Amino acid sequence: MLEIKNLTVQIEDKKILDGLNLTVKKGEVAAIMGPNGSGKSTLSYVIAGKEDYVVLDGEILLDGENILELEPNERAARGLFLAFQYPLEIPGVATMTFLKAALNAQRKARGEAELSTPDFMRRVNAAAQQLHIEKDMLKRALNVGFSGGEKKRMEILQMALLQPRFCILDETDSGLDIDALRIVAEGVNALRSPDRSFLVITHYQRLLNHIVPDTVHVMANGRVVRSGGPELALELEKNGYADYRQQAA
Amino acid sequence: MAAELKLVRTPAEEALAERFPAIKASLPGGAQIVKLREAAFERFLKRGLPNRRVEEWKYTDLRALMREAAPFAPIPSDAEAARALGSARTFADLGAIQIAFVNGHHVPGSETVEGLEVVPLDAALAAGASVGPIEAAREDAAYGLNTAFMNDGVMIRVAPGAIVERPVHVRFVNTGGSAFATATRVLVEVGEGASLTLLESHEGLDSAACQLNDVVEIVAGDRARVRHVRLNAEGTQSLALSTLVAKLGAHVSFDTLNVVIGSRMARHQVYLTFAGEHANANINGATMLKDEQHADTTLVVDHAVPHCTSRELFKTVIDGDATGVFQGKIIVRPHAQKTDGRMMSAAVLLSDAGTMNNKPELEIFADDVQCAHGATCGTLDEDLLFYLMARGLPRAEAESLLVQAFLGEAIEAVEDEAVREALIGVVSAWLEARH
Ligand SMILES: Nc1ncnc2c1ncn2[C@@H]1O[C@H](COP(=O)(O)OP(=O)(O)OP(=O)(O)O)[C@@H](O)[C@H]1O
Ligand SMILES: [Mg+2]
Repeated sequence: MLEIKNLTVQIEDKKILDGLNLTVKKGEVAAIMGPNGSGKSTLSYVIAGKEDYVVLDGEILLDGENILELEPNERAARGLFLAFQYPLEIPGVATMTFLKAALNAQRKARGEAELSTPDFMRRVNAAAQQLHIEKDMLKRALNVGFSGGEKKRMEILQMALLQPRFCILDETDSGLDIDALRIVAEGVNALRSPDRSFLVITHYQRLLNHIVPDTVHVMANGRVVRSGGPELALELEKNGYADYRQQAA
Repeated sequence: MAAELKLVRTPAEEALAERFPAIKASLPGGAQIVKLREAAFERFLKRGLPNRRVEEWKYTDLRALMREAAPFAPIPSDAEAARALGSARTFADLGAIQIAFVNGHHVPGSETVEGLEVVPLDAALAAGASVGPIEAAREDAAYGLNTAFMNDGVMIRVAPGAIVERPVHVRFVNTGGSAFATATRVLVEVGEGASLTLLESHEGLDSAACQLNDVVEIVAGDRARVRHVRLNAEGTQSLALSTLVAKLGAHVSFDTLNVVIGSRMARHQVYLTFAGEHANANINGATMLKDEQHADTTLVVDHAVPHCTSRELFKTVIDGDATGVFQGKIIVRPHAQKTDGRMMSAAVLLSDAGTMNNKPELEIFADDVQCAHGATCGTLDEDLLFYLMARGLPRAEAESLLVQAFLGEAIEAVEDEAVREALIGVVSAWLEARH
């Protein structure tokens, strides 16, 4: 489903991803762990299509298509979704207006009909209920004044609504209290399917107890330096990243 | 040494200088008004049209922008007027009480409701209505030209205590193939404790380079409540000068919003004076410019008495090669203690070639006041755009959403929901047309 080959990326003369290789199969849940600053968020932004980065080498194939030349919205319409590590506040844009615009823009790009308002409302309400998001929050401007945990839940609500095929969760667990973590994990698990893949970036083994990954990858200095099964996360939890820092240096 | 420079008149100045003596006898108003007109005309003769060396006009060189003076439009026939009004769409369907102007001429026959009186300008002046409630405005060139030449208008009077529920909509519709000039004056008297929502729409054809000069003067009695919305949707060739003069009594609640999408060159001036204590004014603007458009907003808010609050919020969106200007001045007189004034002008540039000139000023002569001003100019936030695009919105749509949010802040203060929706529609249509 997603194949990243030799991805080399720099920003402001600084090489951040350095020949990164990673494959995530259809239906797979892959976890990425790695020290602060190793390039995890950069990887997620580059996959989603943020402009600031210069791709020096490599390619990102989504179902065989190189998406590097596509605009972020075109990638979204092909089923790519990034739950941001730091979701942005957008003053003056009502959450509902935004959700509807996003959903219909994707449908339009795929040649599907716009959703009717009642249909749309039904879907939003169902997702909001599952994620324990108050209806009042949906009436406010997007993320404005939301708590850290509320913002993360709103990201998952968007994911549930947009039904992407490839989901990247960038530290969705940080900032969540224990109950919220469970709720969000349940939201994610409900979306797991043989047709949908996940790339879950996290620092904590705890999340992976709730969302059990198929594979775990360690990132250091802009590269995947080790891959394994869920047991790798437990090992990292115990030993930290000392080995990998050295290895990469 | 300082040899007096002989002013070389432009063709426009020449034409205006000749026009006044030729038509003054036919203009409405008695001896009082004639005196005002003559004084205004004398000032014009002495100074000519303002150019960039005149401080208040330094970003909008009227002398350069208006080389020729267009003639006044003839009074339209009934059929012409009906045709023009029939095709005008702005603020239609609001169920408003309508007062119509076609090509700068009042079209008689507005609906009457209790507590509201609409009188043609000549009749109002003949009956002794006074004009020019704010002295300071008289020094201004655009206002002065209107005073000298005002040839049509109405007086709108709301009786003390009367609550006019429906909005009163003054429609200025311009039509016809060739350029013409207007000089209209609308006098508004809102009695003590009365309430009025006043809408102004200005629309015209793109084909004619009209020269429009309209003045609205509002005198609000104590405890009156006035909501004013003005929309410039004039043709793309027009040159539009407009002045809002407002004199507020004690405990008045006053809101005004000027929305600009039209005109090649538009300058909107606000002269607002607090004449009674504990009054409150919100003075807002939302301007959308593209191509070669130039729009200037110039405010003078005079806190002449203590305990008044003013909020000025102006939003400008600039695309293409357009230029925006904001000059705002809050004056706080020496005894106007406890004044609370906050002025903000914010601009967003959607293109590299756009320009914004911001000049906010405070002139504070009292010590126990709270005043602030700010001005910003920037582009849309790329991180926000990325967030929206990552959710599937194409760039243009993402930009539109952010621009709507940006302008929305100035528009959301409009209380009348139908009017607010109509204005949001104006913004959407403007954004639609960009793509
Ligand atoms: N806009 C930028 N300009 C310069 N350096 C940047 C920029 N964005 C990221 N970097 C640098 O790139 C490196 C990788 O950052 P990134 O955010 O991808 O790390 P991360 O693995 O997500 O870290 P964390 O675990 O703290 O979230 C860091 O050293 C960071 O300072
Ligand atoms: Mg990160």
